[in-house]
Amino acid sequence: MTAVAAQGGAPGSLARARWAVTDTLTITRRNLLVWMRVPAYIVFTVIQPVMFVLLFRYVFGGAIKVPGRIPYVDFLMPGIIAQTAAFATFGTAIALAQELKKGVIDRLKSMPMARSAVLAGRLVADTGRMLVTILIVVGVGYAVGFRFRNGAVPAVGMVVLATVFGLAICCISAYTGLAIGDEESVQAFGLIWLFPVTFLSSAFVPISTMPGWLQAFANNQPVTFVIDTMRALALGHLPIEANLLKSVACLAAVFIVFLPLAVRAYRRAG
Amino acid sequence: MSPSSSGPAGAGPAILVQGLTKSFGDVHALRGIDLSVPRGTVLGVLGPNGAGKTTAVRILTTLLRPDGGRAEVEGHDVVREPAAVRRSIGLSGQSAAIQEELTGRENLEIIGRLYHLSWPTARSRAADLLKQFDLVDAADRPAKNFSGGMQRRLDLAASLVGQPQVLFLDEPTTGLDPRSRLGMWDIIRSLVAAGTTTLLTTQYLDEADELADEIVVIDRGLVIASGTAEELKGRVGGDVVEFTVPDRRRVADAVAAIAQVGNGEPHVDTETGVVSLGVGGGGSDALIQAVRGLDGAGVETRGLALRRPSLDDVFLALTGHAAEDEEPQSRRRGGRRKARNDTAKGES
Repeated sequence: MTAVAAQGGAPGSLARARWAVTDTLTITRRNLLVWMRVPAYIVFTVIQPVMFVLLFRYVFGGAIKVPGRIPYVDFLMPGIIAQTAAFATFGTAIALAQELKKGVIDRLKSMPMARSAVLAGRLVADTGRMLVTILIVVGVGYAVGFRFRNGAVPAVGMVVLATVFGLAICCISAYTGLAIGDEESVQAFGLIWLFPVTFLSSAFVPISTMPGWLQAFANNQPVTFVIDTMRALALGHLPIEANLLKSVACLAAVFIVFLPLAVRAYRRAG
Repeated sequence: MSPSSSGPAGAGPAILVQGLTKSFGDVHALRGIDLSVPRGTVLGVLGPNGAGKTTAVRILTTLLRPDGGRAEVEGHDVVREPAAVRRSIGLSGQSAAIQEELTGRENLEIIGRLYHLSWPTARSRAADLLKQFDLVDAADRPAKNFSGGMQRRLDLAASLVGQPQVLFLDEPTTGLDPRSRLGMWDIIRSLVAAGTTTLLTTQYLDEADELADEIVVIDRGLVIASGTAEELKGRVGGDVVEFTVPDRRRVADAVAAIAQVGNGEPHVDTETGVVSLGVGGGGSDALIQAVRGLDGAGVETRGLALRRPSLDDVFLALTGHAAEDEEPQSRRRGGRRKARNDTAKGES
């Protein structure tokens, strides 16, 4: 995020760069405070993914056979973690739409603060929140039998990839929240598009069990690339290079398209 | 109250607007308005919903780019020097732009930090404002538990954190109950007394009358009149005889009965049955004639009285329609919620 600071006159470029950072931190702090104050947000970002873990581990898991000798819980957890990261971005759109509607964004834009800070602080706070959620889900996974089987560094790599994946979707979410601008519509639209892209992937079941026409989609969409890479990082002994390259390319494309769109939507919002 | 700007601000007016235009597609929100607000004074911008008031405020606070014309705040051009403008202004909009999950104190401290105050300064500034706005008892409760009036006070406090030279209040009392409204007026008066230049938009005529040194009336994107409240009242041409006809079928008879009395056509509000008539300097003679006429015609009336003209009458005289009329063709883009008219006008 470039420092599109608001100050044109008196302060020098060094001061502006410093303010861009401190303003971003102030907004981040504010967003995290809000998150901790609202029980619904905690439920949404912590309890819901835990329910998914338990549901798939104990209810659906018995009926799902995965190829090779991989236990289902090991197959499942990277998928759940990616889905958790993706769904966590829902809050980004809602929060921005709310701030827009209440006039908070108008107020901040009329102040001599760094203009980049509102969006940057939102993305930083939501990424931090997402990381907390991911770590909790990993912990719950450990409690129900999941293990990283490929060493510590790839395990960290998996968490990092999941977080970057979530951040990419945060950019899409920020754009939709600012572009739609109406909280109710955002609420209605927010998760609709995430359900198909996460469930029609390798997240919960082997793609080979799907009908052919669905396989064609599921095998060639970004979420599958990311989850297959995460799975290879977590478990080892799985092909990784091609999926990693495709993941990086897809995530880069999302950033290149949606970050500028979100910035433009923020500038025009109000 | 506030330090003088480091920019080219000097002797000129605090706000200067010339030929400002802005359209949203086919909707011409501003069709060339001129304003000039001397330092330390209050300008009331009066007009119905959709007249262009909020569009003007959004341009002056750098939230919107004008299509044409010129706008300066404290000598800084809003398009070319938005950052300098932002350093001199405070904005309090139509809704409470506060973070409801955070406490009143946290809201103000965060705003202070975003004005690049140090933590200790931001804290003491927040504490001062909470005291000034009578929010000390509620300071550490989440703002979502505040009453509507308290939320608006907090919002106004937030707009003052940066110690602005120029304050923009966009319909500061819209949606408030009458008591909160009076409290808000007291607060705005004290700010003004401290010397803050203020531009206040309102659709309440009594509000402009109470708070503003100078009033401009805008309608459909144009300034249609300006002056002090007294000067505008003078436009109506003296006193007004007003009464209500409870039986709506007799309104026409009532109008006919007083046709010879006034110095113009009576105005009839068909919804409420209120008939008003400008009578110039005729005063009590006109009142007596009206009573005789109505009595002769056998029309029953209520609340027959002679009164000084209100700004309602001014608006009517200037535009031919009442101030509360909605102007759907010139609504702002975005369909933002517009607070309901409250009860303070038109009742009782």
